[in-house]
Amino acid sequence: MLKVSRLSKSYGLPQGTLSVLREVNLQVAAGESVALTGESGSGKSTLLHLIAGLDEPDSGEIVLDGKAMSGASEGDRAQMRREKLGLVFQQFNLIPSLKVGDNLSFQARIAGKLDFAWLSELAGRLGLADMLDRYPEQLSGGQQQRVAIGRALAVKPSLVLADEPTGNLDEATADEVVRLARELVARSGCALLMVTHSTRLASLLDRRVHLTAGQLT
Amino acid sequence: MTALWIMRVLLSHWMRHRMQLATLLIGLMSATALWSGVQAINQQARTSYDRAASAFGGGNTAMLLPGDDVTVPQSLFATLRRAGWLVSPVLEGRVRIGERSVRLIGIEPLSLPRDAGPAPGLSDAKLLQGFLSPGGQTLIAPRTAADFGWRADQVLTTESGERLPPLQLAPDLLPDLLVADIGFAQTILRQPDRISRFLIDPAPGGERLPLAQVAGSQLRLVEAGSESDLQRLTASFHLNLTAFGLLSFLVGLFIVHSAIGLAFEQRLPMLRTLRACGVSASRLVSVLLAELVMLALIAGVAGLACGYLIASALLPDVAASLRGLYGAAVPGQLVIQPQWWIAGLAMCVAGSLVAAAGALVRVLRLPLLVSAQPYAWQLSQRRWLIGQALLATAILIAALAAFRFGTSLLTAFAVLAGALLGAALLLPVLLNVMLRTGEAMSRGPVALWAWADSRQQLSGLSLALMALLLALAVNVGVGTMVGSFSKTFLRWLDGRLAADIYLVVPDPNRAAGIEAWLRQRPDIDAVLPAARADVRIGGEPVELFGLADHATYRDLWPLLEARANVWDGVRDGRSVLVSEQLGRRLGIKLGDRVRLPTPSGDWIAEVGGLYADYGNPKGQITVNTDQLLQRFVAAGRTRFGLRVKSGAIPEVMRELESTFGLGRRDLADQATVKAESQRIFNRTFAVTSVLNAFTLGVAGVALFTSLLTLGQSRLPQLAPLWALGVTRRRLAVLELCKTMLLALMTALLALPLGIGVAWCLIEVVNVKAFGWRLPLEIFPGELARLLLVAMAAALVATLLPMLKLGRMRPVALLKVFADER
Ligand SMILES: Nc1ncnc2c1ncn2[C@@H]1O[C@H](COP(=O)(O)OP(=O)(O)O)[C@@H](O)[C@H]1O
Ligand SMILES: [Mg+2]
Repeated sequence: MLKVSRLSKSYGLPQGTLSVLREVNLQVAAGESVALTGESGSGKSTLLHLIAGLDEPDSGEIVLDGKAMSGASEGDRAQMRREKLGLVFQQFNLIPSLKVGDNLSFQARIAGKLDFAWLSELAGRLGLADMLDRYPEQLSGGQQQRVAIGRALAVKPSLVLADEPTGNLDEATADEVVRLARELVARSGCALLMVTHSTRLASLLDRRVHLTAGQLT
Repeated sequence: MTALWIMRVLLSHWMRHRMQLATLLIGLMSATALWSGVQAINQQARTSYDRAASAFGGGNTAMLLPGDDVTVPQSLFATLRRAGWLVSPVLEGRVRIGERSVRLIGIEPLSLPRDAGPAPGLSDAKLLQGFLSPGGQTLIAPRTAADFGWRADQVLTTESGERLPPLQLAPDLLPDLLVADIGFAQTILRQPDRISRFLIDPAPGGERLPLAQVAGSQLRLVEAGSESDLQRLTASFHLNLTAFGLLSFLVGLFIVHSAIGLAFEQRLPMLRTLRACGVSASRLVSVLLAELVMLALIAGVAGLACGYLIASALLPDVAASLRGLYGAAVPGQLVIQPQWWIAGLAMCVAGSLVAAAGALVRVLRLPLLVSAQPYAWQLSQRRWLIGQALLATAILIAALAAFRFGTSLLTAFAVLAGALLGAALLLPVLLNVMLRTGEAMSRGPVALWAWADSRQQLSGLSLALMALLLALAVNVGVGTMVGSFSKTFLRWLDGRLAADIYLVVPDPNRAAGIEAWLRQRPDIDAVLPAARADVRIGGEPVELFGLADHATYRDLWPLLEARANVWDGVRDGRSVLVSEQLGRRLGIKLGDRVRLPTPSGDWIAEVGGLYADYGNPKGQITVNTDQLLQRFVAAGRTRFGLRVKSGAIPEVMRELESTFGLGRRDLADQATVKAESQRIFNRTFAVTSVLNAFTLGVAGVALFTSLLTLGQSRLPQLAPLWALGVTRRRLAVLELCKTMLLALMTALLALPLGIGVAWCLIEVVNVKAFGWRLPLEIFPGELARLLLVAMAAALVATLLPMLKLGRMRPVALLKVFADER
């Protein structure tokens, strides 16, 4: 499913180069959910961005579903993102000018993978069925994040990448959102890589990896 | 001390956002520059009217004017003085010197009222002495002398052979004017013992007998301070300029408003931190105010400098059109008064405070804690649109009321302003409806997003779009008006200038001989004698114009409405023709009777027709030449219009010159006169088109800055799309299409609005201002061209921000997703 090998990334700063990732290796199998933990500033987001093709690594390889994300052109990377990846961020990053229903189906529609049955099942399971005509601003934080998760899953991706998706939510809501996410991921047979601070939330997933000093343990 | 430190914190923002600072300053500068430029021109013109009015019996001095006739006998002077009237006689006329016709004023310096006369030129004792010396002197403004190529002490000779006293330069004198002692003037003007008017000394004198008892109906009293003819005539011209200046100022303020809005938006976290650190809201606002005033002063001074340059560049054209249209002499060199600087700076500061008011209020109300909810755009946009619609409706209703019940030129402009403002406020509402329709009809998700997102962007872009709408509508309106005017004017010129050659014989004694010579030539089809005389009707100077009875005029004269067989009535002296504007001013209708005072008694005639007399500030009545000459014997049969066989015009002109020694100033062919009229016409509207272009340019800048500022604040909306797999290039193209679509919709709405403006200008403003009405003509080619220009301006304004987006480094987009936002 996802295979990251010897991935390195450093940032050039006026004070010198900052090596954030040093030959990182990681494998995630289909249907598996993995928690990525690490201190603030350890490079978790950087790793996620690289996997999503939002940024380019200095060296190393990222292969998703047998296709190399690293080294692909921008257009190819955008296409892989559209079709194979679901992204969930801490900021919900919904499109404020579109209604909830349109937000939910947005990525699936631009990927040309719209499946109404799946979409309505998602809406039902996420408890959004009667909010589809509202605008994002009319939802609570937990509800908005559920829309974001739904948007990521609607495209039936191979991998969902979530970067502290519960950072803006209270504990009870966070638990509920992660449980839902895990359940739906398992249901659709895709993999989940989720960044979190919380060991409690990490324990809800299948496996946990920890990032320190640019290396995964 | 803390205030200074807070100021430093606030200013640090500008250091990191230089472009934004530049935008703000450019907006303030262009607003101030256009406004103050126009004001400088107006001020200059007004000052010269005032000087004209205060000189030798303009509107600022009380005076006695002839009742019916143009002049009165000098014997009245002594009669008046004896009756206790402290008056001073003035004779005025025009003399021909070389190629020029110059106004000559004869005065009597010793009796001249202090506030009226001596001021320009004669306040100097030495000057007065020379003026009173036996040989006398002719005063002239140094600039005028230089313009005409005359020197001090030169002795000028008029065309009829009279010698003027030697020239003396008088620095304060009005331009285009000669002043001599009244004795000399009477000889030079060949008006012995005649007086044009008496100036009344305001110094409290003794008892004076009632005027009617002293002079009967020969004289009438005109009080001081009543508006001068020039002021009245030129008021609308200046009102036009002022309206343009104000519009540019408003468009400039749009820029300032959006720049300030963005700066506050971006500094919100900083302001919040300052508040959290214990700076009170009022403290913060006062420092922000100080910052704003400082920036406004800097931009204001620069703007005034630009305004000065604009005014000096435009002034020669304005002076030329004022001279061409109204005969008003305005010096072509700009003189700036200190009030202008102060008023300009005050306007700039006040304008920026108004533009920033909304942002300042937000700072006062700034909540200290950021709510997790994103900005509730949906709800607030609804409220905003409803507010806009209500305000627009109120303004439009007021405009309608002004149209329905208003009578003055000012209300006419109020109608125009109300219509424009109402339409501008309504623009976002209309665009919202259009975008909603597009959204409902769109299929693909990205298209759906594009429509919906345009709707969300509306509030940010609407000010710039309103500016674009206003600028375009005014351009269309003024362009259509000028175009209609130009087309009508050319047609009208064809009618008015029906003869092929115009001839004025300078020496009346030779006129009969020349006429006989003309009549026996085979290549001249018709000799049409014309004549003119001046009368006063209802206290207003009116020009009587005599036409021969001939098919040329029967076919071509630009009659607007007429009775049947009007020309027969005109030939017999039973009917006269009245110019449209005179008819409107005096409320004369077809079929009314008018009384024309003539030296041989009153001439009572029926108004047989009304005709177009565009561009003539003076009222005019057209009669038959023979009828006129019978009643005004002194007028002389010296003017002729000639119909010449085609091709013979140059030959006839040459022979007239060689046989009778007639010069270029006595003879004119139709083509030259037409070309000259058109030249004056074009020059008049050159100013308008320059201001038009400026306004459109400023609107373009407004669009550009709004897009640039929006581009930065829109990253959070665009980054998720990019993360979901829409490439940057595609995003940029989408953004470009969206903005162009909005601009196109705005431009399309501007066309009907502009035609409405033209209608308002033609049917309301022009009629009130000038007294004539034009047919409205629409020029589709012109409209298409303007549409293209507007779209090109929008494209240029959009391109840079979009290129920036297309080339944006992913890092910048990634920042949106950073947790520590
Ligand atoms: N664009 C960038 N330029 C320079 N340094 C960066 C940039 N993005 C992230 N960093 C640095 O890289 C390190 C890892 O950042 P990040 O991946 O966001 O950490 P985490 O998500 O684990 O908190 C941090 O020290 C951060 O300062
Ligand atoms: Mg992070």
